[in-house]
Amino acid sequence: MATAVSAEEMRPLGSSEDVVVVRQVVRALAVKLGFSLVDQTKMVTAASELARNTVDYGGGGTVRLQTITDGKRIGLRLTFEDKGPGIEDLALALKDGYTSGGGLGLGLGGAKRLSNEFEIVSRPGEGTRVSIARWR
Amino acid sequence: MDRIPILRMSEFLLVTIQVDMHDRLAMALQEDLTDQIVRHRSHGVLIDISTLEVVDSFIGRMIGNIAGMSRILDAETVVVGMRPAVAITLVELGLSLPGVRTALDVDKGMQLLRTSLHGTSNGAS
Repeated sequence: MATAVSAEEMRPLGSSEDVVVVRQVVRALAVKLGFSLVDQTKMVTAASELARNTVDYGGGGTVRLQTITDGKRIGLRLTFEDKGPGIEDLALALKDGYTSGGGLGLGLGGAKRLSNEFEIVSRPGEGTRVSIARWR
Repeated sequence: MDRIPILRMSEFLLVTIQVDMHDRLAMALQEDLTDQIVRHRSHGVLIDISTLEVVDSFIGRMIGNIAGMSRILDAETVVVGMRPAVAITLVELGLSLPGVRTALDVDKGMQLLRTSLHGTSNGAS
């Protein structure tokens, strides 16, 4: 069975305060889905990294939170989308320690390691969409 | 504007981070803490993160900055109370907090600072 979405909500990401709210919403959803404490923490941390990227580098955007299932398992998928400048060199952006801003350069690579599924689409001048998923 | 309180504990300063940090709060804390280090001539700073459910690279960077600033002002920083789930996540995130010392709780952190500043024990902590 292909992955199906059973519930979904959208949240705005325009400021540092929105990042805080998204962390809380992701935590509540992960608890509701029965994630272990470590898995909750991994998902909230990954969400925090990507939400901050959306605000700081993407000029703001949205996050879509989806409860997903493949028939056997239940999971959480988060999709961060912005209409910012996009990423010229994805391989470079995924490398640990690389940053175009003032950060530590761990956001994208770290979020990838903290999730089970990771997908990024970016076009220079059009924006970036990053999607992560974690199964319970 | 909210600020994070800084307490004096004997010769050290104790900062307990209990709220979700955002940029302005982090900046204010850096300013307040460096002011207090100078005012009280403190040689040790304890940062208690036992209530933090998440430490992301932003918080990690802030902790690293505080440790760096404190070191320049002749004060050592010890991060205390990290939750196990946070430690597991930090390692996978790739954040190793270089130059930041850690202890399990405030008591052990104070012991560590005392040992390191006065050499009052044989170095065990």
